[in-house]
Formats: sequence, structure tokens, C-alpha cells
Amino acid sequence: MLRIENLSAFYGEAQVLRDVSLEVSAGEVVTLVGRNGAGKSTLLRCVMGLHPGQRGTVELDGRDITRLPAHKRARLGLGWVPDDRGSYATLTVTENLTLPPTVGSDPWSLERVYEAFPALYTRRDSAATMLSGGEQQMLALARVLRMGARLLLCDEPTEGLSPLLVQQVGDLLREAKRHGVTVLLVEQNLHFATGVADRHYLLAEGRVAEAMDNSEVRSRERELLAYLGI
Amino acid sequence: MSGFAQNTFNGLVSGAFYALLALGLAVIFGMLRVVNFAHGAFYMLGAFGAYVLLSEAGVPFWAALVIMPVGLGLLGMALERAVIHRLTKLDPLYNFLLTFGLTLILQDLVKLRYGVQSSPYETPSLLSGSVDFGLFDFPTYRVFILGFAVLLCVAVWWVLTRTRIGMVVRAATERPDLTRAFGIDVGRWVTPVFGFGIGLAGLAGVLAAPMRAVNPLMGADLIIVVFAVVVIGGLGSIFGSVAAGFGIGLVQAWGEAYLSTFPLVSQTIVFVVMAGVLLWRPAGLFGREEAPA
Repeated sequence: MLRIENLSAFYGEAQVLRDVSLEVSAGEVVTLVGRNGAGKSTLLRCVMGLHPGQRGTVELDGRDITRLPAHKRARLGLGWVPDDRGSYATLTVTENLTLPPTVGSDPWSLERVYEAFPALYTRRDSAATMLSGGEQQMLALARVLRMGARLLLCDEPTEGLSPLLVQQVGDLLREAKRHGVTVLLVEQNLHFATGVADRHYLLAEGRVAEAMDNSEVRSRERELLAYLGI
Repeated sequence: MSGFAQNTFNGLVSGAFYALLALGLAVIFGMLRVVNFAHGAFYMLGAFGAYVLLSEAGVPFWAALVIMPVGLGLLGMALERAVIHRLTKLDPLYNFLLTFGLTLILQDLVKLRYGVQSSPYETPSLLSGSVDFGLFDFPTYRVFILGFAVLLCVAVWWVLTRTRIGMVVRAATERPDLTRAFGIDVGRWVTPVFGFGIGLAGLAGVLAAPMRAVNPLMGADLIIVVFAVVVIGGLGSIFGSVAAGFGIGLVQAWGEAYLSTFPLVSQTIVFVVMAGVLLWRPAGLFGREEAPA
């Protein structure tokens, strides 16, 4: 579904991604793990079309989208879940949910979202930034599901959440996968990653250092945790 | 008591002009991150256009009230497409140079044709005379301005808070990149929003024609205060700009009436208030501090 070939990205003079190539098949959940500064978030931004300094190719369903602006990529079914959760202070919870146009064949209705997230329903007319961190994370995920996105790009959705909420995020991603949604996930929490994902890419210094499956990550957990510095 | 009420009413009327101009500046800054120093020149063009339409073509006030905002709005959109949109990727200094340069060009073009003397513009007959409020009489035209400006501000507020267009504008104003990532072509909204802000300035100009001296520099004199208003309200805050507009109108009118022992108090009091607000709240009364990029 998503194919990245020889992707390089720059911040001014500094190169943060070096010839990264990877693939995500339809219906898969794939994580990007790596230390801070390894280029994971930049990679997601490149796929979304939000990073101006890049070279290489990004393909979605065999179509080259490298030159496509972000709003057109979103309309092809990319769902953006940014690391800061992307809550709008000047929009209510409902407005945050209904801002993106629906794009996919299976968008969630607002009723379904509120049924799944009663906490969002009770705060539906509040400014989104008044929600707790966990609620804002749910809002960010609910927003792209309501949009009907086919490929979710999630940047550390469990960061700073309590174990209970981490579990909820996991349940949600697994449910999305059951409905055929594909996910590319930046994640530091290996335990969480192996619980929701099929495969993993280890990024180091802007390159894909290794591709691993779940059993490999589990058997090397200690070594990987030490490497990631957690 | 009637003196106080009259001063208050006068303050609200000048506040209405500040509010209309500041509102346009706020939506433009919010959407484009461009501070439009040419805003006063479009206000002047609105008034001058109404004057020229009446004196040279016999077009009445009511028609000018529609023609000028629409015409100037379209001119604004053309300017945005031609030059203003190039500013977004440049150093803010160019923002100042371009929009200030536009001001000088527009002012001098008008001067070239009509000179610098002020021209009178007759109050439309429907709105001549005065309204009796019991304690005091008030010119009908000023009552009309106040009502019209309040209605317009409420309408803009309604569009911004209750419609899908308003929601998109708010989202794009707050976080343009993120909004693109949600499938919204933010660029498509920039030109109409700029035109709308310019149209508001033109509208304020037409409203000003019957009660203020119509001359090429009328905008330059006013816009300095309007910038102080925008800073006090919080740059980019729609509500803040309107509230501060009316607030500063009141403060000026009261200052003039009750602090008249200090010379020039009405011209300086705005900046005293601005300095005070900035010391207390650097982002303005209703502004939010910008998140570091």
C-alpha cells in the first residue's frame, strides 16, 4: 500500500534521513522504533507531505505522491495523528472531529465515535485543548477514523499516557486493523508495539538499521531497550 | 449625566470604526500572517470612492455602501494574488516594505488627481436629523453607524463560530500546516479572506465619508490608532480586536472629556493603554502566545 524508496530528508544543511526504503502492505500495522533524533517523526512528516526538504519517492497504492501537497494526500486516505495530538484550541471537540472531510469508504459516523468515546461526548462543546492528555489522544485517533482514513500515520500515540489509556489506544488500533485500516506507527514502547503491530523497522541515524518481526523484538527486548536508552 | 451618556455614545461610534478596521486586520493576520499596513489606505479609498461616485456620477450613499466594499474587496484579492502572497516565505521586513509602499502609492495616486484638501460628503437624507433619547439628542447618522457596525461584527462572529467556513478559517488561522494534513486546501481560502478584510476597510471608509473629512491622508491618521487597538486586543484575535476597538473608542472619548487639562490626551491615551497592556499581558488582552515553531 505504502512504498518509500530512497527517501532522504534535510533540515537546512543537516540530513536526518538517508536513503530510507520501506514498505507497508494493506491491513498491516508497522512500527518505526529508534532513539530520539533517529528520524522517525521526520519520516512520517515526509509521508504526509509536511516536510519540505526531501528527496526520493513516496508511493501510495502504486501512485507516486511525492509531489502531492498534504491536503491532497489526506484526501487519498492518509490520516494524520501528530505527536502533539493536534488539538485546536479555537475549535470545540465536535468541530475537531468534523473538520476533516470524510474520504474513505468506511468513515465512522459522529454517533459511532461518541458511542465509542463517551468522555468525548460529555465534553463535545468544550475547546479541545481543555481535555486531558489522554482524551486529546483519543480525539486525535477518533478524528482520523471519522474521516475514514485508510492509512493512519501515528506519531507516538502512547506518549505520556497512563497504562490504562495505553491499553485503550491499543484496543482502538487493533479494532481499526480488523476493519482493514493500515497503520504506520512511531513508538518507543516496545511492549505496546509488539502488542499491536505485525512488523517493525529500527531506525538509526536516519537509516533503516533492521527490519524485525514480533518474535524477534520479543527475544531481543533487553538488547533493544538498552539500545533505545529506555 | 447627559454629558456622560453623550461622551459614551461618541466613544462607541469612533470605536465602531476601530472595530471594523481591526477586525479586517485580525482576519488577514490570522490567515496570512501578514500585517497589512495598507489597511488605512483602503479605508481612505472607500471614503474617496463614495465621494467620487456621488460628485462625478451621482451615485447615492446607499449604492456606494455596496459598490465600494465589493470593488475594493476584489482589488484586494487581485493584489493578494499579484504580490501579497509572495510575502509568506520572506523576512517580515518585506511585509512592512510592501504594504507601506502600497499605502504611499495609493495615497499619492489620489493626491495627484484630487489634491490634499478635504472634500465634504453630504449625509444621506434618510439619516439626517437627530434621534431623541430623552436625556440628549444624537445625530441619526451616528446611531446608524453604531447599529450597523454592531450588526456587522455580530454577523462576522456568527459566520466564524457557527458555519463550516468559519470553522475552516479558525482552524487554518490556528494551525495552517496541521489543517492541510486534514485534507483542507488552506491556500484556497487565503485570497477571499484577504479580500474580505479589505472590503471591511472599504466599508468603514464609506461609513466615515459623511462624518469625517474626506482626504487622501484620512486613513494614515486613523491606522496608527487601529494598530494600537489590534495589539491591545491580541494580534490575530477576532474577538479581541472588536472588543478593544470599542474599548479604545470609549477610553479616548472619556479621556477627551474628563482629562482635557492634559493637552493631546485623546491622541496619546491609546498608547499609554497599549504600553500598560503589553507590560501586563505581552500577547494582548485576548491573544494567545504563539507556540514556538
